[in-house]
Amino acid sequence: MASSPARPADPTVRPGAVSRPAPPARRRAVAPLRRRLTPYGFLLPGFLLYAAFMLVPIARAVQLSLYEWDGLTVGTYVGLDNFATVVTDPRLREAFVHALVLIFFYSVLPLLIGLLLAAVLNRGKVRGLPFFRTVIFLPQVVAMVVVAVAWRQIYAPDGSLNSGLRAIGLGSLARPWLGDYTFSLPAVGFVGTWVSMGLVTVLLLAGMSRIPVELFEAARLDGAGAVREFLAITLPAIRGEITVALTLTIIAALKTFDLVYVTTGGGPGTSTTVPSYEVYRRAFQLGEVGAAAAVGITLTIVIFGINLVVNKVGDRSTT
Amino acid sequence: MKNVVSARWAGLLTVAAMLSLAACAPGSENSDSDAPSPDADIRTDAAELGDLTLTVWDQEVRGGQNEQIEALNAAFQEAYPNITIDRVSQSFDDLATTLRLALTDNEAPDVVQANNGRNTMGAFVEADQLVPLNAYADAYGWADRYSPSVLQYSTYSEDGTVFGEGNLYGLPQVGEVVGVYYSKAKLAALGLEVPQTWTEFGAALESAKAAGEIPMQLGNIEAWPAGHLFGPLQAATVDPAEITMLGLGNAGASWETPENEEAAATLQGWVDAGYFNDGPNGTDYDAAWQALAAGNGVFLIGGSWLAADLEDAMGDDVGFFAPAAEAGGAIATTGGTGLPFAVTTASENPDAAAAYIDFLTSDEAMETIAKTGNLPVNRTAELAPADGVQSDVYGVFGAVTTDGSLLPYLDYATPTFGDTLGQSLQDLIAGEVTPAAFTAALEADYGEFTGSAG
Repeated sequence: MASSPARPADPTVRPGAVSRPAPPARRRAVAPLRRRLTPYGFLLPGFLLYAAFMLVPIARAVQLSLYEWDGLTVGTYVGLDNFATVVTDPRLREAFVHALVLIFFYSVLPLLIGLLLAAVLNRGKVRGLPFFRTVIFLPQVVAMVVVAVAWRQIYAPDGSLNSGLRAIGLGSLARPWLGDYTFSLPAVGFVGTWVSMGLVTVLLLAGMSRIPVELFEAARLDGAGAVREFLAITLPAIRGEITVALTLTIIAALKTFDLVYVTTGGGPGTSTTVPSYEVYRRAFQLGEVGAAAAVGITLTIVIFGINLVVNKVGDRSTT
Repeated sequence: MKNVVSARWAGLLTVAAMLSLAACAPGSENSDSDAPSPDADIRTDAAELGDLTLTVWDQEVRGGQNEQIEALNAAFQEAYPNITIDRVSQSFDDLATTLRLALTDNEAPDVVQANNGRNTMGAFVEADQLVPLNAYADAYGWADRYSPSVLQYSTYSEDGTVFGEGNLYGLPQVGEVVGVYYSKAKLAALGLEVPQTWTEFGAALESAKAAGEIPMQLGNIEAWPAGHLFGPLQAATVDPAEITMLGLGNAGASWETPENEEAAATLQGWVDAGYFNDGPNGTDYDAAWQALAAGNGVFLIGGSWLAADLEDAMGDDVGFFAPAAEAGGAIATTGGTGLPFAVTTASENPDAAAAYIDFLTSDEAMETIAKTGNLPVNRTAELAPADGVQSDVYGVFGAVTTDGSLLPYLDYATPTFGDTLGQSLQDLIAGEVTPAAFTAALEADYGEFTGSAG
C-alpha cells in the first residue's frame, strides 16, 4: 500500500497516518482503556455461549448437589450431606474403585501396548504404514454404543470368544464373561483397552515421527541397541504425547457410561458399577437428583485432580 | 500481571453472580401448580365441553400397541369431533426419563402413561401432579369394569405413601401375566404332561435334565429377568397376601421368613442341579427366548409380552401355563397391567381427559385391543382366541384375575427395590450368597423403606 502513492483515493490509506511519530498525549489516556476492553468484546459472544452451555449448568449442578431434590417437589437444603454420602456409601465407593481399575484398562494398558506398537511400526519402517494406522485407529471412529453391542455378542456364553476358546481346546476357560463376578470388570475394561489403543498408538506414532533420524544414527554409532535407543531417545522425546494420551484416556475411563450401560448395567451384582452410571441411576431412576449431582461434581473433581497430577509430571521434562 | 488478576476477579464475580441467580431451591419455580380440588363438579358429557385439544403422552409404540391406540384415537375423535387428540408417543424408556421434567413443565401434557411403581406414579401422587379419579370412577362405573386386583396397581393414598389403597389415579388398557412357556414337542418327547403344580414342574425339570435337554432358559444379564422367575416361584411357598404386601412396599410383612428362604433355596437348587442354560447371568434376555424358539430348552419363564414373538417363531409348538402351589389350588403368579393412563393436575380439561381414558378402556375398546394382538385387561376370557399360545395366555390371565391372585412385580416395593432384587438374584444364581443372606438383603431394603414411610 505504502509503495503506491499514486492512488490516494484508497479510503483505507490515511495520508500521514504512518509518518506521525507518536499520538498526542491527550489521546493516549483514552486509548489504553479501549484497547484493553476490545479483546474482551471479541471474546464476549464465545464466552456467552460457553457460559450458557457449560458454566451455568455446572453452577446449577453445584447448587443442586447441596439439596435433597426428587425432581418434582421443592428441594430441601441439606448442605454437604450429599457429599458425605458419596464418601460413606459403600456402593458409591465401590463405583469409584471400579473407575480406578478402568484407568488401568483404558490408559495404562493401551499406553504400554501403544508404545510397543508405535515403536515397532516406526522403527521397522513397515510398508503400508497408513493402512495399519487406519486399522488401529478404527475403534475410535465407531460409536461406543455400537462397540458395546458388538462386544456383548462376543462375550455371550455362546459368543465368538467362548467358541474360539473351545475350538483351540481351552474350553475350560470359557465362561459367561459379562456374568462372571471376577471377570466382568476386566472384560468391560478390555473393551476400553481395545478402543483407546488406536488413539494412543496414533498419537505416539506422530510424536515418534518428529524425532530427527540423526539422533538414532548417533546412538547406533555409539553402539546402542533397539531397547537402548527406545529408552534413551524415543521415550523422552514423546513425553508430551504420552501426557496428552494419558489425559484423554483417563478422562474417558472415569466418565465411562455407555459401555457399562449397554454391556452389563452395572452387574452382575454391583461388580461393574461406575460413577457415571450411578449419576444416571440416581437422577433418572431413583429420583435423587441432588445426590446424583453430588456424585457428578465429585467425579469432575477427581478427573481434574488426577489429570493435574499427570500433567504436572508430564510437563516437568519439557521445562 | 494486573490484567490477569482483574480477569480472575471478573471470572469469580461472574460465577458468583450466576450462583446467586440460581440460588432459589430447585423445584420451587413450579410449586405453584394449582392443587386438585376433589370436590369440584365433574362432567361426563364430553361432546358438550366445547372445542379443545388433549395432549396425550403414551408409549404404545410397538406393532399391535400402536395399531390399537391409533384406531381408538380415531374412533374417539369421530365420536367427539370437538376434541382433538395431540398424541406424543415415545418408547417406554424415553417416557420414563422425560416424564418427570414434562410434568413440572408449564406446558404439561393432559394425559400421560405413568408406570405403576412407587418411583413413578407414587412420586407423582406425592408431588400432587396427578388428579385422583374417584369421582370419575363412580360416574363412569369403572369399579364394575375392572377387577380390584387390577385397580390396586394404580391406587395410592393421597400422600403417596400407601400403595394399593386409597385414591384411583389411572386406568390400564392391557394386562400382563408371567408364566411358563414350553415346547409342546419336547414335553411330549419326554413323556410328560403339562405340570399343574410347582412340585410337578420341579420333577419335569429333573426329567428334562436326565434326558440331556436344557431344562430351562434364563437370560439374566439385565438383572431384572430373574425377578420374573422368582416372583411366580415365590408363590409356591409364600401366601399371596404376604407377597402383595411385600411387593407393594406396604408395612406389615417380612422377607426373612422360612417360606421366602425356601423359595430362594429352590431357585438356587435349580441352578446347582444344572437346570439352566450355561451362565444365565451372562446371557441376554432376548437370547434366552430366542434359544427356546430355536429348539434349545424345554421351559422358559417369562411374561405375556413374549407370546407374539414366540408364536411367530415356534408356531403351534409353544404353549403357556402357570403352575399352582398345590394340586387343584388357585393360581397365583406375577403380573400386572400395562402402564395406566392418568390425568395431570396441570391439565385444563380434566373432564375431557377422563372421558378419553374412559373411552380407551371401555368394553368396546377391549375388542379392538384383542383384535390387534394385545392382552385386554378386561373381558379377557371371552375375547380369547380359539387356539395358539395366545389362547393359553388369555386363559391364565383370566383365571388369575378372577379366581387366583395377580401378584405385583416385586420391584414396585421401594424406589430402590428393582436394583436390590436384581443384584441379589444375580448373587443368588451365581452362588455368591446363601438363601438366608438373599432374604436378608431384600429385608434390609424393604424394612428401611417401610420403616421410614411409617
